[in-house]
Amino acid sequence: MSGSSTSLKTYALTRLALVVPMVLILLTLVFLLMRVAPGNPIAAALGGHVAPSVIKQITHQLGYDKPLYVQYGNYLWGILHGNLGKTITDRRPVSSIIVENGGATLELTVAAGLVAIVVGVVVGLLAGRFRDSWIDVGGRLFGIVAYAMPVFFLGFLGQLLFGVWLGWLPTSGQASPITQAFLPIHTHILIIDAIWAHNWGALWDVIKHLILPATTLGIVIGGVFIRLVRVNVIRSLKDDYVEAARARGIGERSVVYRHAFRNALVPVVTIVGLQMALLLGGAILTEETFNWPGIGSTLVTYLENRDYAGVQGIVVVFALAVVVASLVIDFVNAFVDPRIRY
Amino acid sequence: MAVATATPRGIRRRLVGPGLRRLWSPVAETQGLARVMFVTGATITLFFLVLAFFARWIAPYGFTQYQAHGHRFAQLAHPSAHHLMGTTVESDDVLSRVVWGAQTELKVVFLALVLSLLAGVPLGLVSGYFSGWLDRILVLVMDALFAFPPLLLAIVIAFLLGSTVSSGVVTAAIAITATYVPQYFRVVRNHVISVREETYVEAARALGARPFTIISRYVFFNVVQNVPVIATLNAADAILTLAGLGFLGYGVQPTQAAEWGYDVQRALSDATNGIWWTGLFPGLAIVLLVAGLTLLGEGLNETLNPVLRRRRFGRIDFGPIAPGEEERT
Repeated sequence: MSGSSTSLKTYALTRLALVVPMVLILLTLVFLLMRVAPGNPIAAALGGHVAPSVIKQITHQLGYDKPLYVQYGNYLWGILHGNLGKTITDRRPVSSIIVENGGATLELTVAAGLVAIVVGVVVGLLAGRFRDSWIDVGGRLFGIVAYAMPVFFLGFLGQLLFGVWLGWLPTSGQASPITQAFLPIHTHILIIDAIWAHNWGALWDVIKHLILPATTLGIVIGGVFIRLVRVNVIRSLKDDYVEAARARGIGERSVVYRHAFRNALVPVVTIVGLQMALLLGGAILTEETFNWPGIGSTLVTYLENRDYAGVQGIVVVFALAVVVASLVIDFVNAFVDPRIRY
Repeated sequence: MAVATATPRGIRRRLVGPGLRRLWSPVAETQGLARVMFVTGATITLFFLVLAFFARWIAPYGFTQYQAHGHRFAQLAHPSAHHLMGTTVESDDVLSRVVWGAQTELKVVFLALVLSLLAGVPLGLVSGYFSGWLDRILVLVMDALFAFPPLLLAIVIAFLLGSTVSSGVVTAAIAITATYVPQYFRVVRNHVISVREETYVEAARALGARPFTIISRYVFFNVVQNVPVIATLNAADAILTLAGLGFLGYGVQPTQAAEWGYDVQRALSDATNGIWWTGLFPGLAIVLLVAGLTLLGEGLNETLNPVLRRRRFGRIDFGPIAPGEEERT
């Protein structure tokens, strides 16, 4: 509001300070959700396979027999030190899940995000520019169908068409077994690893595996972008500065492409940020559809095994990812747009 | 020279029309795309409502029925005269599962919408009207819930409920509710905050009306106008969430009801063998219903939202201005 007195730095610091209660509440919510359910989580995960005495011992080992507030304290303390706990079923540290499976999820979501931005911005701009024309009708229809399309159904169609009938693309996994066996792993983002190793055959293999999942997720997320970009364009084409530009005798092309589109695209940064949650949610389904070895499909495995610690750890990771993403987006926005200040 | 080819009849009718006609008039006045969208969306939604209500008579078989007249259906049979959409690997009739699925989806979504309205609207009203420490806490909690990927929240809740309560329509509905309460809360609360300062609310307060009376009589009806649009669009979203839950094996159990998302998940393994009918039809049903509800919601939005609305006034054509005519008007 009071533009001159507050700087970008104060904004950044205030925004950063506001993250703390947000994260605390998120963590508390996750903890409450996971512990409010009655029953012993250890028994739920291992029940039937292990003797009751062993369950009791593991329960004690993992601290599940302590009072709830002690557990809560330990949980927060652990997270503060970067320790997200270990899964119950396979005793895997959650941090290693982030490192090993996070790369695959990052690869998928970044690629899908790029597809979504390209699809959303191009179709949205055209539909908004030529409002009520057949381009608009087509673009909006595409947007609605893309939005209405469950990720996994589009994946099913893609697998059927490009995987089975045309045989062009692989339908499952992040790379073929031979690539996975011989590619030295540094980052777990296989594209980067392949470039790192100068292994172009592996790079092509990895890209081929990525095309179908990334396009599937990207188109579905892009469907949401189309609507928002379109509305933005329509709004900015009605704005005073566009009218003013026209009045100054600037050509219609220039008015639309240089004045209206540019301003219509500024909020797209925010839009992309807001869709982070959607992108991550979609990633869970996409990974499950294409057997993509990311965090989402790992989560589904732990859900199936009733591994409360695993589920809790991954949910915390997802929540933190969304918070961090929205923080970054707000910073970028504040940097771009001087009107955004506290 | 100046000729107005149409009178703005819409305005007069809107002012005069009482009750239902007044509710309908904004719809009747819309034109072009908004109207097409509204009508298409309403038709599709109605179609699925009919399927859901009359599933018992429309579906040729039950949703887990794998035999009739004493002999078992063929497994993975192509669509044919006997089974219009083919059969699954369990010999279920795909058409029947699609029809019964409509009932499941609409049941869950209806229940979820009612639950989230019942929770979200009152919370938003109270929080926005009183705006004390309660408001601050609620806003923080709702914002935190909002930060979760909706599907993830629904999965976790379905997972927790599934391990204690048996999973079914109600479980799925509760899981979906949790993802929409923050949204209603936010919209209603923000609207209440602006309405609270209006003169008529102040007048009511000056007359000594109690907060409950003010909220229920003055604030509520002014705030609730946004809800139909959001509810319709949320219904579309809720179908996707439910299908996502079903796809992952949560929410409605396959033995209790037919669920489209679950069916597509089962069909993924068929796809590698080139079998398309087990996944295509339930998937198309999801797309069609979600698109229908979205069209209905967007059509409603363009009709009810004055910023987007373009009424059918008819073209007012003033004709070309003859030289020297400007001065005479």
